Amino acid sequence: MEILLFELSLTFYFAATIVSVVELFKGSKATSRFIVIFAVAGFVLQTANIIFRYVDAQHLPITSLHEASSFFAWCIVLIFFFLEYRYRIELLGPFTMPVVFLLMLSSSILPRQIKPLSPVLQSYWLGIHTSLAFLGDAAFAMAFGIGLMYLIQEHHLKSKHLGGLFQRLPNLQILDEINYRLITIGFPLLTLAIITGALWAESAWGSYWRWDPKEVWSLITWFIYALVLHVRLTAGWRGRKAAMLSIVGFLSVIFTFFGVNLLLKGLHAFV
Amino acid sequence: MKIIVVGLNHKTAPVDVREKLAFTGPKLEEGLLKIRKLPGIDEVVVLSTCNRVELYADVRDVGKSFETIRTFLSEFHGIDEAALQTSLYLHNGSDAVRHIFRVASSLDSMVVGEPQILGQLKDAFDSALQRKTTGILLNRLMKKAISVAKRVRTETKIAENAVSISFAAVELARKIFTDLPEKSFMLLGAGEMAELAARHIVNCGVKDVAVVNRTYDRGCELATEFNGRAVKFEDFLNELVHTDILICSTGAPTYVLHKEEMQRVMKERRQRSVFIIDISVPRNIDPAINNLDNVYLYDVDDLQGTVDANILERQKEAEKAVTIIEDEIEAFQKWMSSLDSVPTVVALRNKAEAIKNEEMERLMNKFPELGEKERKAIEYMASAITNKLIHPPTVALKDNAEDKEMLVATIRKLYGINGEVE
Repeated sequence: MEILLFELSLTFYFAATIVSVVELFKGSKATSRFIVIFAVAGFVLQTANIIFRYVDAQHLPITSLHEASSFFAWCIVLIFFFLEYRYRIELLGPFTMPVVFLLMLSSSILPRQIKPLSPVLQSYWLGIHTSLAFLGDAAFAMAFGIGLMYLIQEHHLKSKHLGGLFQRLPNLQILDEINYRLITIGFPLLTLAIITGALWAESAWGSYWRWDPKEVWSLITWFIYALVLHVRLTAGWRGRKAAMLSIVGFLSVIFTFFGVNLLLKGLHAFV
Repeated sequence: MKIIVVGLNHKTAPVDVREKLAFTGPKLEEGLLKIRKLPGIDEVVVLSTCNRVELYADVRDVGKSFETIRTFLSEFHGIDEAALQTSLYLHNGSDAVRHIFRVASSLDSMVVGEPQILGQLKDAFDSALQRKTTGILLNRLMKKAISVAKRVRTETKIAENAVSISFAAVELARKIFTDLPEKSFMLLGAGEMAELAARHIVNCGVKDVAVVNRTYDRGCELATEFNGRAVKFEDFLNELVHTDILICSTGAPTYVLHKEEMQRVMKERRQRSVFIIDISVPRNIDPAINNLDNVYLYDVDDLQGTVDANILERQKEAEKAVTIIEDEIEAFQKWMSSLDSVPTVVALRNKAEAIKNEEMERLMNKFPELGEKERKAIEYMASAITNKLIHPPTVALKDNAEDKEMLVATIRKLYGINGEVE
């Protein structure tokens, strides 16, 4: 059942991605509506899948890379809905759905069995720490998409080539505002994730911080976003520089998420 | 049953003639009713906008009706008829239909593709409907014109891009800022084009307006015009710190704003975006400023470039629109001519009936001794003959042939059907 739910939601996200590509080249009201419809369908099915797995595993299904990728995608779609509802900007789908689909695709090719969780990690911290981390990362993922939209639109305006997506991309101010908003949501979530992680580590292994690669890279990510906020508030770094930093920040998020697990070994190896 | 267009527009008449001829407010109702009562005019719609005054009418005789309408217009609006002579145009038949379709689709507008005209046409039609000055022909024509305009709008991109420098400036501003009314605007210098662009920006609801001029008095004058405040030329850099949109058009031979100055301004305004439009020739603002982050500098050529691209785009789209319109004219003509054959068929039938009745009467007078039975038999035979004789032309008329108009004319001639038929 959960496998079926997962495959179906993957299919719907795939459909949303295909429509997104169509939207980029030949957009209409219908295409953007279909993106949202497919995303909602995928999201509902995926939510059911996560619930099934939760019941099976007796904890939040986030302890394998398969589960984590899927949960990451789920968080991004959640924030996508929030932005669609709150700002109603054009072309948001095409800059979100491909990321969601790629995460789901990588999730689908990773081993799916539920592995028993080691007793030291069985704690309420699991749900709290990981939810905070993934919601924060999802906010950063959306900030990445919005930042990309900003850079494209900015390029149109600077170079005075007003064809392509110029007419349909939203204005720079709103993109910059949303980008900033997302980082102000993501940053405290990441901060709390690091703090709860430290508390959990203390209760599980007896020390708050062990310089494990995941911890280090989370800290690097944290510093990048701290820098984004700092230079914005002090030096007024907004617009292009802010957009570029949010893209760099997301690359760091992705490395923390995949790179550390696949390339470096550490205490977080189970995720 | 002939469609004509009588009117004038921005191409044939200057604004002082157009405004005299306008049917505004109660004049429209009065005019509609009076024109409808003119001899030879069966239906009428009056379209009156700031760029055109046009009468669409269903008339019996094109030439006579044109005279009638011209005389009416000069009397109704109190203008010398001779003055109208040069500016009024007349279209009839398929040219009239084409003209109406072109107007509705905004191909005939001053700014091709501008969207207001369709709404104005709808209003004109509504007014005519309310006063019951239209009938089957114009009702169909106006509905068709509206649907053609919609088809043109959806199937071509004619209304998509800005085609004047002022519009282009506003469009660009909308891609930089979210809510224009909340932004602050500064006009540096003066000049026709700059003032026009400034007016467009102010019309978008921008309330915070500053006007800077080398001569402070002139600045004050302009400031009252835009509901803004005058700022001394020396304070212009300080003002720029709080300005989001700047239109610059001074007569200065050199740059009045350099990159280093702008860099300082940007720092002071904490890098908030600025949109600068430099309309002056020679340019007054160092082009290198465009390389600064969050500064968007457009000079006259840049704006003209976007406008030209848009105009070119519109011309291409207008060609597509013309094809659509020709299609629709053909369809409409077909409908109209089918309408035309009906009265001819009726007239033919009436004529046959009349001949038959006449001959029957003559026969009965000659042979009063004939009984009821014989009379009925003879009448039956007469009906059969006339019916059989008029059957083929009736069929030919009802059949939607291509050369229908010619056929109608031939049949009318051959059977001696003349004049108006009801």
